Amino acid sequence: MMRWFHQLGSPPYFYAFSKRISAGFAVLALGLIAWGIYGGLVLAPPDYQQGDAFRIIYVHVPSAWMSLFIYTSMAGAGAIALIWRMKLAEIFIICAAPLGASFTFLALVTGSVWGKPMWGTWWVWDARLTSELILLFLYLGVIALNNAIEEPRAAARACALLALVGVVNVPIIHYSVEWWNTLHQGPTVTRFDKPAMDIDMLLPLLITAIGFTLMFVWLVLVRMRAEILNRDARSRWVKKAILE
Amino acid sequence: MHEFLHMGGYAAYVWSSYGIAALVLAANAIAPYVQLRAAKRRIKNQIVAESEV
Repeated sequence: MMRWFHQLGSPPYFYAFSKRISAGFAVLALGLIAWGIYGGLVLAPPDYQQGDAFRIIYVHVPSAWMSLFIYTSMAGAGAIALIWRMKLAEIFIICAAPLGASFTFLALVTGSVWGKPMWGTWWVWDARLTSELILLFLYLGVIALNNAIEEPRAAARACALLALVGVVNVPIIHYSVEWWNTLHQGPTVTRFDKPAMDIDMLLPLLITAIGFTLMFVWLVLVRMRAEILNRDARSRWVKKAILE
Repeated sequence: MHEFLHMGGYAAYVWSSYGIAALVLAANAIAPYVQLRAAKRRIKNQIVAESEV
C-alpha cells in the first residue's frame, strides 16, 4: 500500500494511472448525474411548502457540497505539499481550484435563483451566503496567486499555504446556519437523527451529489495530466509518452 | 408534459437553474481536454523544433 502510494506520487506513473482510470470515472459520473437529475425533476414529489421550486435543490446542494469538498481536499493537499514537498499535491491544488470556483459560482447562482421566489430577494448579506461568497474569493485568490508567480513550484507552495489558511472558512460555512440567525434554511441532510426529507426526495439528491463528486475526480485527473505535461515538458518520459 | 415544463408556476426559476448548471458542467468537462490537447501540441512542436536543430 505504501509502495503503491509512493509510486503514484511520481508524475510518469500518475500520468499513466490517470489515463487508465479517468474514462471510467467519466461514465460513472455522467450516469449518476443523469439518474439523480431525472429522479429529482420527474420522480420526486413536489414539496408541500415550496411546490416545484424546491427542485432547484438537486443542482444547488450538490454544487454547494462540492464547493466545500474541493476546498477541503485542496487544504489537505496543501498540507502534504508543504510538509513533504510532494509535486503531485502541488499540481492537485492548481488543478482543483478552477473546478472548485465553478461549483461555488453555481451554488451561489442557483441559490440566488431559488431565493427570489422563496425569500423575495436575489441576495441577502446573511452568514451562509456571505461566507460562501468568501469561499469563491478564496478559490479566485488561489488561481490568481498561481498566475502571479512565475516559478511554478514557488507559485504552488504559495497556493498551498493559502488553501491551508483559507480552510478555516469551511466550518464557518457549514455551521453558519446554526451559529447565526440566517434566512438560509438549516441542514436537512447532514443531521445526526433522521434526515428531514422524504426518501423519494433524498435519494436523487444523494445520487447527484455522488455524481458531482465523481465528475470532479474525473476532471481533476484530466487537468492534472495536462499540468504534468506542461511542467515536465523537457523530460524524456513526456517526449516518449507524446510520441507513442 | 406541459405540466412538467410548467413546474407549478416556478418554470423560470427551475429551468434557469438547470440551464446554468448544464452550462457550467459542460464548460468544466470540455476545458480539461482543450488544455490537454494544447499541452500535447506544444510538446510535439517542441520535439520537432529540437530535431531540426
